[in-house]
Amino acid sequence: MATTITMPQLGETVTEGTVAQWLKNVGDSVEKYETFVEVSTDKVSAEVPSPVSGTILEIIAKEGETVPTGAPIAVIQEIGGAEVAAPATHVPAAPTAPARPQADHGARAGSNGASVNAPDVLRRVSPAVRRLAREHRVELAGVRGTGAGGRITANDVIAAAAHGPASGVAAAIVAERPAPLAPASRTRPPTAPVPGELLPLTQARKIIAQRMVESKHTAPHAWTMVEVDVTNLWAWRQREKERFARDRGAPLTLLPFFVRAVVESLHAFPLMNARFTDDGILVHKDVHVGIAVALDSNLMVPVIRDADSLSIAGIALAAARLIERARIGKLSADDLAGGTFTVNNTGANGSVLSAPILNGGQAGIVTMEAVVKRPVVVDGDAIAVRSIMNVCLSLDHRVVDGAVASAFLVDLKKRLQAMGPSGSL
Amino acid sequence: MAVTTSARVMNNVEAVRETLHDALVRDERVLVMGEDVGARGNVFLITKGFLEEFGPSRIIDTPLAEASIVGVAIGMAMEGLRPIAEIQFADFIYPAFNQIVGEAAKTRYRSNGDYTCPLVIRTPYGGGVRGALSHSVSIEALFYHVPGLKILAPSTPADIKGLLNAAIEDPDPVLFLEHKKTYRSVKGDVPDGYYTIPIGAADVKKAGTQLTVVSYGYNAHQALDAANRLDGENLSVEVIDLRSIRPMDRATILESLRKTRKLLIVHEDNKFGGIGAEISAMVVEEAFFDLDAPIRRLCGPDVPAMGYAHALEDEFMISTDRMAQAMRDLIAF
Repeated sequence: MATTITMPQLGETVTEGTVAQWLKNVGDSVEKYETFVEVSTDKVSAEVPSPVSGTILEIIAKEGETVPTGAPIAVIQEIGGAEVAAPATHVPAAPTAPARPQADHGARAGSNGASVNAPDVLRRVSPAVRRLAREHRVELAGVRGTGAGGRITANDVIAAAAHGPASGVAAAIVAERPAPLAPASRTRPPTAPVPGELLPLTQARKIIAQRMVESKHTAPHAWTMVEVDVTNLWAWRQREKERFARDRGAPLTLLPFFVRAVVESLHAFPLMNARFTDDGILVHKDVHVGIAVALDSNLMVPVIRDADSLSIAGIALAAARLIERARIGKLSADDLAGGTFTVNNTGANGSVLSAPILNGGQAGIVTMEAVVKRPVVVDGDAIAVRSIMNVCLSLDHRVVDGAVASAFLVDLKKRLQAMGPSGSL
Repeated sequence: MAVTTSARVMNNVEAVRETLHDALVRDERVLVMGEDVGARGNVFLITKGFLEEFGPSRIIDTPLAEASIVGVAIGMAMEGLRPIAEIQFADFIYPAFNQIVGEAAKTRYRSNGDYTCPLVIRTPYGGGVRGALSHSVSIEALFYHVPGLKILAPSTPADIKGLLNAAIEDPDPVLFLEHKKTYRSVKGDVPDGYYTIPIGAADVKKAGTQLTVVSYGYNAHQALDAANRLDGENLSVEVIDLRSIRPMDRATILESLRKTRKLLIVHEDNKFGGIGAEISAMVVEEAFFDLDAPIRRLCGPDVPAMGYAHALEDEFMISTDRMAQAMRDLIAF
């Protein structure tokens, strides 16, 4: 019997996945529960176990191909079932071509107009548009939508198809490119490639690039910073960290103290725990704090859910679990979803000042910069050596103005400065 | 359909009246029974004078007992007569539900074809006439789930004549719905002479290219008005009058949809589980890859009844303005 293997659902919010690597080829045998393919989705990769024992009959989705959740990726001929269930000549019930999204090689409009449509609009493609685009071999990325909100309509596809391969869109873009100034004086034509090594984009790199561009282009970023005296907090943490590591099995870094102060400030300034939508500003009821985790070649932001319900110790344990899962590549898509605000521990890399990019449509992101000892003027105009940490905030200026953002940051500063050895974990 | 050469203008009441009259003259098996159809001549005067002309054995005033009206008519139909039973208002049909659904619709199947039930049940339905809670209901969705039952809801005098004749001729039970609001407000040419219109055939009342609107009854007229209005805005809407709710003309709907790729369904009956739900499901099953927009339904609200207060009734009924706007929105999508 032939069993069709489909792209698994790797999280509630995940709609598609990419075949990262086939561990088996056509003809190879595979045991039940044996890993035979690796898929990646969003920023998670997962190993897919075979549901049956058998032989790989067909590989439908090639490496690097992205298919919707539930779409067939392979067919396995089950051991023992073949003679009974299907005659030898029977072609296994492999899904037919339409279920398989294919790259439209030779598509007409080509990539020239790729910037015409934002991914948001492309996501809302009607069944008729999808079918017509396939029939007429039209690349939707190059079609200008005339429907509501720039949606591509069926008629738009038909019009694009009528336009033909050497479309006016491409010609117009070429024409708009400014002519190089005084080309004769150049020793090398401006189009000659500059020597260098081209690093192929990993899936993670592609997603990071896309998200960063999207965020920078969509949200007008504003930036502000405060200096925080964390001398007392530092002392508290120094006093507790060994016992905490021994009793609870997790390191006690500055992060949980910081996140605890952040969620308290978010409660005082709910507008910072929000996102901009076309319909209005969506103020979140829940506080889910994303924590940026830097890996060798990747950046992940797992989310501490309902961080406002956790004590400092609780946050420390939750963060430790997430960071460990991130390091071994076992974060689930749900671990990464739903953040309402982000904390970035840039100080871990020695930075004292940074201007972070907003994450996932959130209204704000704060950084914890490196704690440095500095001479500062304290009460009574005396100069003292104190542990100082810069805290930087990037904000979506569509959601809040500088006054609210600064008030939030000052509130956060007060809470951090109030933390000391007399506190409770 | 018979070839006819001349026509006369009449309204929907006159079309029903004349068709019934001609049937009584043409076929002595035909009889009319119901509340106030005799001496009173029906509350809309549809059968006025019939009692005098055809006598009390063919024009039967019944007690106020709908289960009996339909039950007796079923027996008559099974034994060779052609009864046309009237439920005075569709709102009163509920006591007859068991007779219609449990008996009439199953007669042919239960008797393995030995018996049929050539029964027509006529009833005025729908709102917009200040009829309030007990004189405004739409009942089509309560019955269209039932195999063995045909449901017709023509909207013009010519369609009424052709389909009522077809219903009388049909060997199985037919529920014949007449929208009260169209009774005297809708006029049109009616061909002279006897003719029938096939049950199960929708009618494209107006051809268009950008949007298909499917409706029936009073709403079909409004949809046509709205579509004509949109002509002036260079928007092209195709209007289909279902005429026959079950069997439903899938081919005409699908053919139109494959051309326009967008579908708006309008009916006064409540939205949830209404006729529009079935049309939507059918279109998604049959023509998913032709859809260029979500199917939209403009329907009566899911409230228990039409209010007596004018504001409530106006809110329940779908205005032509709302239809026009829904059409614009869907074309722009």
